[in-house]
Amino acid sequence: MILQVHDVTKRFGGLQALSDVTFDLHTGEILGLIGPNGAGKTTLFNVINGVYAPEHGRVSFRGEDITGLPSYDVARLGLARTHQVVRPLHELTVRENVMVGACYGREKHSLKEAKRLADGSLDKVDLLDRADQPSGSLNVSQKKRLELARALAARPYLLLLDEVLAGLNPSEIASMMDTVRAIREDGISILMIEHVMQAIMSISDRILVLDYGTLIATGLPEEVANNPQVIEAYLGDPKMTAQLLAE
Amino acid sequence: MLDQLISSLTDGLLLGFVYGVAAMGLTLIWGVMSVINLAHGPVIALGMFGTYLLFTHLGVNPYLAMVPVAGAGLIAGLVIYVIAVHRVINAPHLSSLLATFAVNMIIIGVGTAVFSTSPQNIDYSLGSVEVGFLTFPASRLVGAFGAILVTACLYLFLYFTRPGKAIRAVANNRMAAELMGIPSSRVLALSFGLGTMMAAVAGGLIATFFPFTILSGGPYELKSFVICVLGGLGNPLGALVGGLILGGLEGLIPTFMPVSWVPVVEFGLFVLVLLVRPTGLFGAK
Amino acid sequence: MKAWQKPGFWLPLVIVLVWGGVVLLIHQDTMRETAFVLLMAVGLASSLNILLGYTGYVSFGHIVFFGLGGYTGFYLLSEQGWPLFAAAIGGGLLSAFIAGLVGLAVLRLRGAYFALATIGINEAARAFVSNFGPYGGATGMFVNFSAYEKYGGPGPALWTTFTFLWITTLVVLLVSYLVKHSRFGLGLLAIREDEDAAMVMGVKAPKSKTITYVISAFFPGVIGTLYFFKNGNIEPGDAFQLHMSIEMLVMVMLGGMGTVMGPLVGAVGYQWLRGYLLTSPIFKDLHLAVAGAMLLVIILFVPAGIVGWVRNHVRRLQKVLE
Repeated sequence: MILQVHDVTKRFGGLQALSDVTFDLHTGEILGLIGPNGAGKTTLFNVINGVYAPEHGRVSFRGEDITGLPSYDVARLGLARTHQVVRPLHELTVRENVMVGACYGREKHSLKEAKRLADGSLDKVDLLDRADQPSGSLNVSQKKRLELARALAARPYLLLLDEVLAGLNPSEIASMMDTVRAIREDGISILMIEHVMQAIMSISDRILVLDYGTLIATGLPEEVANNPQVIEAYLGDPKMTAQLLAE
Repeated sequence: MLDQLISSLTDGLLLGFVYGVAAMGLTLIWGVMSVINLAHGPVIALGMFGTYLLFTHLGVNPYLAMVPVAGAGLIAGLVIYVIAVHRVINAPHLSSLLATFAVNMIIIGVGTAVFSTSPQNIDYSLGSVEVGFLTFPASRLVGAFGAILVTACLYLFLYFTRPGKAIRAVANNRMAAELMGIPSSRVLALSFGLGTMMAAVAGGLIATFFPFTILSGGPYELKSFVICVLGGLGNPLGALVGGLILGGLEGLIPTFMPVSWVPVVEFGLFVLVLLVRPTGLFGAK
Repeated sequence: MKAWQKPGFWLPLVIVLVWGGVVLLIHQDTMRETAFVLLMAVGLASSLNILLGYTGYVSFGHIVFFGLGGYTGFYLLSEQGWPLFAAAIGGGLLSAFIAGLVGLAVLRLRGAYFALATIGINEAARAFVSNFGPYGGATGMFVNFSAYEKYGGPGPALWTTFTFLWITTLVVLLVSYLVKHSRFGLGLLAIREDEDAAMVMGVKAPKSKTITYVISAFFPGVIGTLYFFKNGNIEPGDAFQLHMSIEMLVMVMLGGMGTVMGPLVGAVGYQWLRGYLLTSPIFKDLHLAVAGAMLLVIILFVPAGIVGWVRNHVRRLQKVLE
């Protein structure tokens, strides 16, 4: 068990963003996290990696209680993430961006070693030829891959992916899926938020469904897709429902 | 002892109203566009000189003179916005801080060449007012009244006119306001103009109390920072209350310790409030 | 490649090394005074740049460290009889200590709030020192004449002070380079670009920022001691001038923030321009306005500063101008 989330509750003022969320993530697993917009998926990520402290509940990572730990300490334990809205460090080159991940990730590397690692991760996401460009000059798909390379360079045990497929065209989606599978082959566990249903259903070992901050279903992709509660949650969103039923 | 305490407190509070108006201009600009206007002090000084020139050379009653001074302040603000601020409105804070500071240097530089730095004063007395054991210059009372009037006008403008509502909308969420079809550039320019107008009027009011030079705006700019933070940056009514607090402190502190400790307390409080409650004493946490 | 094999490492150091060396060789008083003012500007601007340029935190009241350190060093050498060298380090250490103390709290504020807080700290410090008896209150302190005797009288003492300033400036530039090109510096640049994203990547932002604040406060304290010893007196009005603080920012912007060469180019350029405007018959009365107009033009049209602009436009010079 690499990650255990137990009874996590997070409020913003009067808004209950997460209520009593509990789940486990097995080592080597790809766990999909789906739910309508505003269900609290990104908030859950933020609680897991220490951006927010939960009101109550517990998050354990590799057997260690990390609840309320600042995000940099969580990162150093081997938990890396990407952001839904890409956040490249604009003035730095693509390589320098990835070096930050390597220098401050799970293993503390010197600049020289970080450079080598960075080039390795950039190669994995097919960005090596852009290494010396300022990261602000990349397009959206490249920025998504940069985020991924940055997270990989930290040599994490667990990777949180927040909508890495959003905004990509079908061929880019296919290649990103291959990359995600390859990452898992390297022994990294993955928790991913995704709106592209077909993709998340095919890649995940198990799926979690979040609605209004509550976990309404957990299980294998086909179980979740046929769960009446899940279909109801998506009914407010006809496009999603159609997608879900098409599975 | 108590008489003296009440007397100096009243004195400070009356002055506080005028501080409040000066700070309101700064806080309005911050609230709408997140720019700290470092040209605020020199504009206050220009307000002083505008009132002075109209009074001394044209014989205009200083309080009437504040009407054209306000108009000139509005126009000056529009010009400053268009030339110096508009281009850096979305740049990092350093850019807008330094751009407005450049305007500060230009105004002070030209002002020093034109007016020199020798002190001037408006030689116009309204006599003094006695209320019970309290005696204070009538100009203070008129100044406080003027400050309340200006605040009331600002509020009526912000809440009951179209451009005023547009300013509030842009302050609330510029992007959403733009999507609703509000021309945000014009609204930003207008807000900047209003902010400098308040500064100019405050300068005019202060000029009726104390002698002044072209450099006199500086201390009031610093006071405005303190007041804005006390009242919550971006909150005009908070600025008036902050002004009263600062005025009150300036009245009270000297009865307990030497006058020279006043700025220590003021700026110490300023840093403390920034750290503990950056939204101001009355702001949401 | 190691640092000492890179031209970008050597260029600023060699410039200042040769410059100070020439001044010492020619040994002329007016030349020393000019060089003192310029080197001081380089040192102060470079110290500020370590914070401003690398972390993006705009310290508007950075002059407070020049003032507090200057006062402390001045007190140590004039009232306690410390040698100049030790007193200057003492002044620097006090500034660094204060920065460490307030840094943890103040650096939680971001953007304009931080800038405002630093102005407040400077004003509070000025007001406090004006009331602080041991430091002479509002009238300040004068150098005890015997302090000059140790260095062979006032004349030679000025040369000793200049030499210390020269070395200090070299050290600032060296530290600036080393910070920028270290693992630590990479973390700072990440903070500058996106602090929250940097923390998610594992950068301990609060600690890194505080350490940087401490480094960038130390040198102004040393320089302050040297400057006020040279002047022979110190008073609150001179030590905590907000105006000087903003001049430091202007120099950094003019030269190019976040670069090692930028503050050097900017400080020399700004002081030269100021000197020219002050003595020019046409601009003399309007020097402040002209300087303001030029600042505005730079902010609006060349925000990367001189060095930044050259780096962006002449790729071949990127390795030389760090």
